[in-house]
Amino acid sequence: MKTWWTLFKREFASFFVSPVAYVVLAIFLIITGILFYSNLLWYYQNSFGMFQDPYMIRSMNLTDDLIRPLFANISVILMFMIPALTMRLFAEEKRSGTIELLLSYPVRDSEVILGKFSATLTFFVVILLLTLVFPVFLYAVSEPETGPMITAYLGCFLMGASFIAVGTFASSTTENQIIAALLAFGLNLTFWIVGWISPPGTGTMSTVLQYLSIIEHYDPLTQGILNSKDIIYFLSVTVLFLFLTNRVLLSKKWRG
Amino acid sequence: MIEVEELTKNFGVTTALNRISFRVKKGEILGFLGPNGAGKTTAMRILTGFLTPTSGTARIAGFDIQRQSLQARRKIGYLPESAPIYRDMYVRDYLRFISTIKGMTGPEGKRRIGSVIEDCGLDQVRNRIIGKLSKGYRQRVGLAQALIGDPDILIMDEPTEGLDPKQIIEIRNLIKNLGGNRTVILSTHILPEVSMICERVIILNEGKLIAVDTPENLNRSLTKHSQIMLGVRGPAEQITAVLQSVPGVLKVECRDDFLDSMLSFNVEVSQTEDIRSRLAEKIISNRWELLELRSTSLSLEDIFIKLVTREEEEPSV
Repeated sequence: MKTWWTLFKREFASFFVSPVAYVVLAIFLIITGILFYSNLLWYYQNSFGMFQDPYMIRSMNLTDDLIRPLFANISVILMFMIPALTMRLFAEEKRSGTIELLLSYPVRDSEVILGKFSATLTFFVVILLLTLVFPVFLYAVSEPETGPMITAYLGCFLMGASFIAVGTFASSTTENQIIAALLAFGLNLTFWIVGWISPPGTGTMSTVLQYLSIIEHYDPLTQGILNSKDIIYFLSVTVLFLFLTNRVLLSKKWRG
Repeated sequence: MIEVEELTKNFGVTTALNRISFRVKKGEILGFLGPNGAGKTTAMRILTGFLTPTSGTARIAGFDIQRQSLQARRKIGYLPESAPIYRDMYVRDYLRFISTIKGMTGPEGKRRIGSVIEDCGLDQVRNRIIGKLSKGYRQRVGLAQALIGDPDILIMDEPTEGLDPKQIIEIRNLIKNLGGNRTVILSTHILPEVSMICERVIILNEGKLIAVDTPENLNRSLTKHSQIMLGVRGPAEQITAVLQSVPGVLKVECRDDFLDSMLSFNVEVSQTEDIRSRLAEKIISNRWELLELRSTSLSLEDIFIKLVTREEEEPSV
């Protein structure tokens, strides 16, 4: 526990030394800001038109027309951005050779992995907290639903954790950070679109592919639907890729 | 302190280490010697847990490196080749990180950091970023991190590699002084370094252990006869003939030394008795000028090359 905490602190501090984290943070906030603002403009203009039609006005609400698009946007941006945060984790230590020293200390491989994973997750939470400016704005000018907001943030957190685990795994397989980032992005995208190739109907193949798809599990959470299978999905992806990272480190000890 | 038995490591089809066995006693300074690719680094990486051996075992202070890896690693301070340390950290933060990770916290850790900083001469640079330090200082920080857990065993892979001559001397002295009663394994391909620091030498070549002994013993066992070098002014043939006639002389080689206008004679003698005074007597009684006389033994370089080439000459099975 103490070892993990020591590793966590070093890893977290190193985010603020490298410019990558600041670049990711800035780009993320700028893009989400632009997208949120454009949705807001659309909502604002449409709501004027809808005032003429009392039937249509009922179909407009903040959750469906602002919160859901916002979180759908965030998830796509994260798919690109999180690999940029995770690519460094193991690849840099391997390239510079520091991994050799790190693993010669009395630390377990799992503690090293969890230290890196949790430090990145914490940095990600910081980014997520900065997006609270959008809900705060909505609360200031209107009365959005709180429930869907909370589940959407939960979904975002869980999906981020999965992406970070995938990225940690990708980083452990190579000493080239660009390859680590591309591999992580590729895996994320595969999990994203895998549902699209599911055959129509409710066959086994279709069910499996649908179940593997990230959107299938993320979308309900942004709507305010809290389903245990979605939470289990994200947690199992996270655990699976952290476990695979552990295997990669172990196999390196054999293969050199 | 360290017991290595039949250690083998294969990388695919190449054998990096081939059934190496040796023991290191407590407090001993052992040198790994060998050309590049001989398996020195692989052996060290196995001992420090970075690599898993294909077969064979090693125990560090009684702990098996595979089954009791954490306990074994607690006993070791390791300095890999070219000191790979985090360049983006400050020296003091880095040492604090290492001390907590090695389980030294609170006042004890603070004291340990202080004494290591003093021992390694890092006081001036403690508030600098490691990446901005000179190579010599980085090497010292590397040494400091190895020493911080107050380990019983120090393992260093080419600790003087890539340093300038002054830094090399400084680091060597540090190793000698800080070794104290620690068990030390260091690898090098600088041969004089071994005779300077190490009490025992292991010579590795192509993954095989080809000799384990003290530098002196290696010297003695490999040279059945010793050599005496004579510098004389006089007629070459006559001198050669006279030297040949001295009992105990096996071979005389004459070389014209143009620089000093003297003749150099390489006299190979059997090691049974010391005949240096008899040789001098012969020269002087013939009224030739004796300018130089010294016995030359094989340097470690010669031993090394002899061992490595002898190994190659053996027919492969």
